[in-house]
Amino acid sequence: MSIVKLRVNGVTHEVDIDDESMPLLYVLRNDLGLQGPRFGCGLAQCGTCTVIVDGIALRSCILPAAAVRGEITTLEGLSGEGQLDAIQQAWIDEQVPQCGYCQNGQIMNAKALLDRNPNPTDTEIREGMEGVLCRCMTYYRIQAAIKRAAGIMTGAVLDSDEQAASSILSASVAANEPEAIE
Amino acid sequence: MSGVLRLPKFLEETLLAGNLTASRRSFLKSSGALVVSFSATPVGRALAQVAGEGLYLDPDPLQLDTWIVIHPDNTATFFVGKTDGGQGTGTAFRQMMCDELDIAYDKTSLIMGSTDTTPDQGGSGGSDAIERDGWPMRWVAAEARRVLLELASDHLNTPVDGLTVRDATISSKLDTVKSVSYAELLGGERFQIGLTGDNINATRGVADVKPVNELRVVGQPIERYDIPAKVDGSLTWAADVKLPGMVHARNVRPPVVGATLQSIDESSVSGLPGFVQVVNRGNYLAVVCEREEQAIDAAQQLKAVWTPPSVAPFPESDKLFDYMRNAIPTSNRERDANGDPDRELENADLIIEADYEVPFQGHTAIGPAHALADPSDGQMTIYSNDMKSYGLRSGVAEFLDLPREQVRVVYMDGPQVYGRSAADDVGFEAAFLAHELRVPVRLQWMRDEETAWDTKGPAYTFKLRGGLDADGKIVALEYDARALAYNHLGYNDPHTVLIAQLMGIRPESPAEGPAARVSNMYAIPNRRLTARVVKLPMIWETPLRTGNLRDPNGPQVTFAFESFIDELAVVARADPVEFRLDMLARSTEDDLFRRARSLATVRAAADAYGWDSRPSPNLSVGVNAGRILRGRGIAYTFRNGTIVATVAEVEVNRDTGRVWVKRLVCAHDCGLVINPVGLRQTVECAMLHGLSRALWEEVRFDTEKVTSTDWASYPSLRHSDTPESIEVIVVNGDPRPERIDLRPYGAGEASHKPMIAAVANAIHDATGVWMRRVPFTPQRVLEGMNAST
Repeated sequence: MSIVKLRVNGVTHEVDIDDESMPLLYVLRNDLGLQGPRFGCGLAQCGTCTVIVDGIALRSCILPAAAVRGEITTLEGLSGEGQLDAIQQAWIDEQVPQCGYCQNGQIMNAKALLDRNPNPTDTEIREGMEGVLCRCMTYYRIQAAIKRAAGIMTGAVLDSDEQAASSILSASVAANEPEAIE
Repeated sequence: MSGVLRLPKFLEETLLAGNLTASRRSFLKSSGALVVSFSATPVGRALAQVAGEGLYLDPDPLQLDTWIVIHPDNTATFFVGKTDGGQGTGTAFRQMMCDELDIAYDKTSLIMGSTDTTPDQGGSGGSDAIERDGWPMRWVAAEARRVLLELASDHLNTPVDGLTVRDATISSKLDTVKSVSYAELLGGERFQIGLTGDNINATRGVADVKPVNELRVVGQPIERYDIPAKVDGSLTWAADVKLPGMVHARNVRPPVVGATLQSIDESSVSGLPGFVQVVNRGNYLAVVCEREEQAIDAAQQLKAVWTPPSVAPFPESDKLFDYMRNAIPTSNRERDANGDPDRELENADLIIEADYEVPFQGHTAIGPAHALADPSDGQMTIYSNDMKSYGLRSGVAEFLDLPREQVRVVYMDGPQVYGRSAADDVGFEAAFLAHELRVPVRLQWMRDEETAWDTKGPAYTFKLRGGLDADGKIVALEYDARALAYNHLGYNDPHTVLIAQLMGIRPESPAEGPAARVSNMYAIPNRRLTARVVKLPMIWETPLRTGNLRDPNGPQVTFAFESFIDELAVVARADPVEFRLDMLARSTEDDLFRRARSLATVRAAADAYGWDSRPSPNLSVGVNAGRILRGRGIAYTFRNGTIVATVAEVEVNRDTGRVWVKRLVCAHDCGLVINPVGLRQTVECAMLHGLSRALWEEVRFDTEKVTSTDWASYPSLRHSDTPESIEVIVVNGDPRPERIDLRPYGAGEASHKPMIAAVANAIHDATGVWMRRVPFTPQRVLEGMNAST
């Protein structure tokens, strides 16, 4: 048994760990009761378990909890005071998730990507998100949401509500007027 | 446990809170008021009575109160026996029911798919949530409105036809001061109104649904209620549920398929921290520990001796198709035969023939299968994301020999499920372990287990022969399909789940998967379609058992058929779109107006894409001189009432063989659209799932085991594969598009179905190479291009 100090979403926790190699994921989920990071593969292949440590997106399923020294942010820690992060809002505006199980990884990787590169090109988005898998195949909307969030965060879009109303609604209103063809 | 739903309080909160509006949700959360107020509402009373004394009775679908509860604050909760894997059906159900009940959308909430609280509508499957299961929802909501109008007529002393309804309040048309809310009319009481219907889909009262032109909520692009909690981390998933005294389990699978367990060395794990128990019956083996990572470690450490089977369970994956072609079928079914294809193929001016091959493909959920089973009070509650929660409940009861009313499934969100999958298996396993240990057991499969042992979509081989006349029209077509779909995972059938088979339990006769017919409205005067089923040497305890996977046979069948239609168009020197339109125009069948709607849909896809009429391939065109070859392909089909035509535009790298689908256009006629945003997203994702199967997915195995065990050995679509643009064109090809009884059909599987074919046809257009073997990996495409030059 050893006591490990972890700083998660701004709060310091002391956790008893009896195995130095225990992945952070199980501490976050089963000791600290966090539900954002989820088990996907245990092999660092899919990204579902992603957390941000000192600004870097890391896969908590293989990261030994005892080795983490920095500030850990989970999905729950992105929003503060009831205010969603711009990325989370973009995810809602673009209606990204289907089942949503992988979206923790998509959002956390996108967050780290945009913090590093606030205005990524399409290629940089694809490359930056490449290792994060979605089996509902929401990739198209994820990429749209990242672009939307980038626009908001760099000030390219002034009013997020206005933009929220734009792309989804215009697409859907158009789609909602069935075209009589015959 | 709170007294009413008899769920842990936080779960009770979760099941309802997820679909309240954000402001209400945060208010209730911060005030802690939800559970208290909820317990005091008629929902609680209704459910307490439905559930009986400590038993999980089936909610009676023939009671209006089972479906709809009006709360004292004039809001409503709907209870439906469906699940939502993220296609937005929950939102759509609310929209349909709001319209019929005449209540504002944000004054409602919805509970789905939990066996003791919602009527058994079978859970999800077949993309029929709206097409079929939506009907009883609409009828019962209409009936509730009718009953409330009658109550209001008495209350306001006004005849029903002198009343008007708006936002759950009924007023006199002449004197609007005379008004009364639904909640006031019911006064905290239940409806106590019986319904009729000899099956769940026919459940209704006296009232009929509104005509389409009076629907206000249906058709609106309402955002999905479940998304905010999935994005801010506040959602409690089936994977998250924790109960006092809960332990963690992990399975240990046979190292060689079909191996018999000889002995277990429990001392290899009994000294490990947190060790609780090794559980074994037959060839089923699991380890239970106090903590999750302890169970994972113990499952890896456990020493056991297995005796391999005397016969290899299956051929290696590279020899699968030869095996299938040489196997003696267990069944041969002739379907959709007409004319005399043998004679007309003899007489044809030109005959071509092609073989197609589709490997096993997996559900392969992003989150490995998991369930939590709680045996408290001598009963069994399973927290699960199984989309067939009702089947799981009945199956577990039979499997554990428990009375049905002592078993229930609480449906919660989880990783996507597109049919019969390991989400079923793990529910049975968790329940078995909990039953043995008498404490709550949480079980999750590991990645290798999920990828290797989850049910598979059946592998297929096809042989197609077609004859053209001198005018380039198809005069005869022969289609011969072989599906490897024997011992198919059944619905509600405890003999077909993996744990039962590992224990040596066998069904009387293994179910064959349905080798589906092709779905198109083409006029082909002489044709024969034969669907055969073949089996592998090992049919029990095998990871190559099949289960329904998103339109269970449609992607395979449509790939072969629609590719072959393009092959015929090529030899006829016809444009692929015109070739199809010609056959559709000559069709004489028009059930559900499918002929008219097919014509409209194929035209809409071609128009939206900007299709230029020319034969394929595109080799002579100047744009293809470089390293990147460009082409486009179309495929068309229908599923139930939904018609779909998809155009894929590809770029093929001549040096690497890499295929990028740059643009997708899908024309989609599903009749009445309930929610255009939900529809569009569902179609987009279903197409990309089809694209993943077209380009990457193949279950690989040697003669001992499945060797696809992770995302490296079972590749799936990635961000870099995502098209630059996806267009969804909503078509209404009904001959009378403004009809007030326009029906809604399904979405999801329909647009998934033609994707492989559309991509294959586009690759041919770009390269002149027919890709007849799925998936179209860079290596295979490169080999094809090298062989053709």
